[in-house]
Amino acid sequence: MSEEETAQTLLQDQFPFLAGKISIQRARRIWAEVPAESVRQVFDFAVDRLKFNQLCTITGLDEGENLAVIYHLAREIGATLNLHTVVPKANPVLYTVSDRFPAADCYERELVDLLGFKVEGLPPGHRYPLPDNWPAGQFPLRKDWDAAILEGIPDKESDNA
Amino acid sequence: MPNSGHIKVPIGPQHPALKEPESFLLTLDGEKIIHMGVRLGYNHRGIEKACEARSYIQCIYLIERVCGICSHSHSTAFVQAVEEVAGLELPRRALYIRTLIGELERIHSHLLWLGVAGHEIGFDTLLMYTWRDREVVMDLLASLTGNRVNYGLNTIGGVRRDVSEEQKQEILKAIDILEERTKYYVTVATEEITLIQRLSGVGVVSHDDAVRLAAVGPTARASSVERDVRRDDPYAAYGELDFKVVTSDHNDVYGRTLVRVGELMESFSLVRQVVKNMPDGPVTIKAPRKIPAGEALSRYEAPRGEDVHYVRGNGSEKPERVKVRAPTLANVQAVAHMLKDRYLADMAIVVAAIDPCFSCTDRLISVAGAGGRDIMTWDQVRAHGIEWYRRSGVDFTELNRTFSTGEAK
Repeated sequence: MSEEETAQTLLQDQFPFLAGKISIQRARRIWAEVPAESVRQVFDFAVDRLKFNQLCTITGLDEGENLAVIYHLAREIGATLNLHTVVPKANPVLYTVSDRFPAADCYERELVDLLGFKVEGLPPGHRYPLPDNWPAGQFPLRKDWDAAILEGIPDKESDNA
Repeated sequence: MPNSGHIKVPIGPQHPALKEPESFLLTLDGEKIIHMGVRLGYNHRGIEKACEARSYIQCIYLIERVCGICSHSHSTAFVQAVEEVAGLELPRRALYIRTLIGELERIHSHLLWLGVAGHEIGFDTLLMYTWRDREVVMDLLASLTGNRVNYGLNTIGGVRRDVSEEQKQEILKAIDILEERTKYYVTVATEEITLIQRLSGVGVVSHDDAVRLAAVGPTARASSVERDVRRDDPYAAYGELDFKVVTSDHNDVYGRTLVRVGELMESFSLVRQVVKNMPDGPVTIKAPRKIPAGEALSRYEAPRGEDVHYVRGNGSEKPERVKVRAPTLANVQAVAHMLKDRYLADMAIVVAAIDPCFSCTDRLISVAGAGGRDIMTWDQVRAHGIEWYRRSGVDFTELNRTFSTGEAK
């Protein structure tokens, strides 16, 4: 059995609800659809037990009714496991993984700023990457967002107190 | 903070020690850094959003401008993802040419870093030497692609320029010169006592911390983290080439120097292998204008570490979503860790040691002179510079002559 098939089998054995939800795109690329309520369990299992112990990045997506994230996890040698999960746009709540991967801090702040996710458990800190005077409630990576909203907002960032 | 004597020093977003805008708020106890806050985002240009409004071909050129140094890295990472979504099987020659330019880019980037590192520790002779030598690879890149940076080489389905037999000889000759010079830098890095003492024990991050903080590239490899996408998740022609992943167990800026110098030597070997083994055949295949629905994750070992690109297509000629993660973002957490409880004076070199990106140069230079504005070609600019310095009593003619014939020692 290939490395990818072994990982697929182990994931399905541990989480029966993943049956039929895992696809092997090609060598070293595994994609999985994970329900939001179980994503942290699957994430921890993949990191701790299957040794996908590098978080490449987190991609946020606007999928119409829902917002989605993909956690891109990689093994030291070889495969990446991409965990795709959706949350309703009306209440897009995620739980932070920055306790496991401090580098996720930046990735999750991007989700908050650019797509309007709410990430619970994210430690206090500066926003990233938008400027401090960015208008509230404007999430530029959402599909319905229009850059015209920025007209009339001064270029210069307000001085930080 | 009452009576503690702690002071806060803001560094950036505009600061002479930083090559691009980012902001550090240091809390100092005397000379010692007890806390560092990092604020990023000053350079955010909305490229991911802009890609959604452009065709895939336009996106290549936009993505190439994510970074002025790793431009080929980003465009390759992007087209690889698009090609995977489109299900394209590339001609092998195209993959070899991508690899060739990728390694030449690594050589120019690492030589540039070596100069910056020298500058940050007051060793400006090293800056002058390495940046002079870097011109050899810059000229080579210009000759092969038409540009010193932002090569415009990649397209969906292959590369836009072939490499001729004469160019192969030109490459081999340049690599010989660069290897000779790099051997000298290996000697400097392993024997020059001021350099070793200034860099050792500075910016320390242990192996376990480097893994936990998800450091990438030479920053991670200098802490014995043996990760390199070229070997671990091979792309382009790397699966067919022989090279070793250079690591160091010094865990500090000195280790990062050794790793980069070692990687230069590996890159010379890789370039020679690519030139020797480059298969014949076409350099591109026809790609559809509309890319089918689907998604792909592409990873690329850029000079600074892993580039990660995600592309989702929706069947149209514009992407649904493009996501880019450049290596500096992954290394920022490690910098904050490295500087904790260290001295303020180490800040510049520790930040520089992860090699954060900054932009590069123009091909045509406009000079305001007596006769108004003239447009000069690169050769004319070069001749103008040499003549300008000669008139003011600085003459490098002899040095340039021995250097260009490869006799420089």
